[in-house]
Amino acid sequence: MIVTYPHMGYMWICVKAMLEYLGVEVALPPPTTKKTLLLGVKHGPEFACMPLKLNLGNFMEAAELGADTMVMAGGCGPCRFGYYAQVEHAILQDLGYRYDLVVLEPPEKHIGELLGKIRQITGNRSWRQVIKGINFGYKKAWAVDDLERMAHYTRPRELFHGATDRAFKTALAEIVAVRQPEELPAARERAMAIMQNVEIDEHRQVVRVGIVGEIYTLLEPFANMDIEKKLGEMGVEVDRSIFLSEWINDHLFMGFGRNVRSSKEALKKAVAYLGHFVGGHGLETVGNTILYAEKGYDGVLQVLPFTCMPEIVAQSILPRVSQDLGIPVMTLIVDEQSGEAGLITRLEAFVDLLARKKRFREGLA
Amino acid sequence: MYGYLGIDVGSVSTNLVMMGEDGAVKHSIYLRTRGKPIEAVQAGLKMMKSALPSKIQVAGVGTTGSGRHLAGVITGADIIKNEITTHAIAASNVVPGVQTILEIGGQDSKIIILRNGVVADFAMNTVCAAGTGSFLDQQAFRLNIGIEEFGPLALQARVPVRIAGRCAVFAESDMIHKQQMGYNVEDILAGLCEALVRNYLNNVGKGKEILGPVVFQGGVAANAGMKRAFEKALETEVIIPPYFNVMGALGAALLAREATSRKKTDFYGFEVAEKDFKAGGFACDGCPNICEVVEITESDRVIARWGDRCGRWSDVLEQKEKIS
Repeated sequence: MIVTYPHMGYMWICVKAMLEYLGVEVALPPPTTKKTLLLGVKHGPEFACMPLKLNLGNFMEAAELGADTMVMAGGCGPCRFGYYAQVEHAILQDLGYRYDLVVLEPPEKHIGELLGKIRQITGNRSWRQVIKGINFGYKKAWAVDDLERMAHYTRPRELFHGATDRAFKTALAEIVAVRQPEELPAARERAMAIMQNVEIDEHRQVVRVGIVGEIYTLLEPFANMDIEKKLGEMGVEVDRSIFLSEWINDHLFMGFGRNVRSSKEALKKAVAYLGHFVGGHGLETVGNTILYAEKGYDGVLQVLPFTCMPEIVAQSILPRVSQDLGIPVMTLIVDEQSGEAGLITRLEAFVDLLARKKRFREGLA
Repeated sequence: MYGYLGIDVGSVSTNLVMMGEDGAVKHSIYLRTRGKPIEAVQAGLKMMKSALPSKIQVAGVGTTGSGRHLAGVITGADIIKNEITTHAIAASNVVPGVQTILEIGGQDSKIIILRNGVVADFAMNTVCAAGTGSFLDQQAFRLNIGIEEFGPLALQARVPVRIAGRCAVFAESDMIHKQQMGYNVEDILAGLCEALVRNYLNNVGKGKEILGPVVFQGGVAANAGMKRAFEKALETEVIIPPYFNVMGALGAALLAREATSRKKTDFYGFEVAEKDFKAGGFACDGCPNICEVVEITESDRVIARWGDRCGRWSDVLEQKEKIS
């Protein structure tokens, strides 16, 4: 059995660590590229959202590396994603790929259903081992997220163009290379040190922008056309509303981890505007926009894949939030047709708007 | 005498403005880009040089429009800015207190909302170009009238015909239908203007609070029929600034003045017009992304590259202005 799973930003690092720790052979799809997208667009239904197309491309490329078992997340909300595992599997079968499908989703009747699925992948390793493996993966996700947060801080302040990106790459390699849980703390220290060595100008004026929206397009730099990097280079310190480790803590560990930002806070805030679960991260998008406004951020960017229902619901509510709380909000919709030039022009104009507004406000103060 | 040069390289037109230290326009040039932005910039510079007194000294250069990076690299611009910011800057300088800017250019249309002199909100057409200059151009051509006559003719209309404006293709077939029915050209033209205004307000201006003073700029503002259709739909006076078709370039010049207030200009001089620039490209084979890298060369020396996602090619060259 050779297991593969689709990409979503740096998720591969934590899942690979977990599976390999448990002795499962993994064939990682090559990094998501234009070729991946082309494969997905060619064989996927046009009106499915971009994540489906990229997943499909990932699986096709992984099959070339010998993968025979695909692991996908499932779900049971109004978001179509819950059904993507089955749809993707069916398309792949029609194309002649022979994949065994394992869907990890919230159990319908009994926790045993989920445990059974995990057994399918991990074989007869003890549950103690499995839990240790999951914890190892979680710790890696946590380390990667910390590095990303540091990159968000240093990128707009770096003295030399590209210094943050170069440091991030080497720091990430430190985390990726760790194979045993005991080695992780030391590697984490080394990676943090690399990031701290990026020369920055701490007094530089930066604009602060919160990024909200659909989880896949937020986490996958290919899908959002490196929006964090682009903003960082324009002098914007970004904060992303969703990090993988926070998501794991919220959804798999039921929020047991301490001192971890939780989406519960956002959900509470959203109630004033949207009192109903709409699937995906629609509620979180509304709630986080309110939180960013309260924390004094200069603006909020919403990113979603074209045809994403939960985010469309949120999009129609955001203008009111923006007006009530006085925080500029811009929505960016991405799919395979998105042009980079148009994105850059809009981002630039939005950042200019925020910077001028900030200067104007500070001039009055 | 010092002057500030603003260059706006758009999809349809390339505009240049020479602005004095006081912000007044000394000379403006409106050229067709014709898909050759480098040549258009060079031709514009040549015309600008011959039109100006020889004692004028360029103290700053700004570029804008979709070809802003290209124009910035070949002229040595002090500032490279997107067209939304430059249009807003120019309008608020020409019409102090402006609260709404309607801008319709060759292939894009935008609305910019200003409050207290600061951009508060903006929107651009996303997936549809119905209602932009190119469409009007094409319809004028179809009706066999010059684009210059379009406006005056539309003003003569007595009963504007209602034309479907949701989509340029449907608008065209509806217009042909109305022609076959025997409506006169003036009423059809006026109807077309109203349809485009409806489309603009529904698509671009959707949900925006349009308060006066309202400024209408961009190439399409030359069309008096469009001005009247806007006034009718908004029930307010619409101001067309004197240099409505070069406002982007004027904004770039204003920003160049700001950018050079404490430094010397990087402008390479009007000799740029004589230099031999070439834009080439190649597909990088470093990874399956196969980025199409654009390379600008000046007499076989590479002066700029962009288009690569990872920075493999663009980072190699030292650049004054980061190409975002």
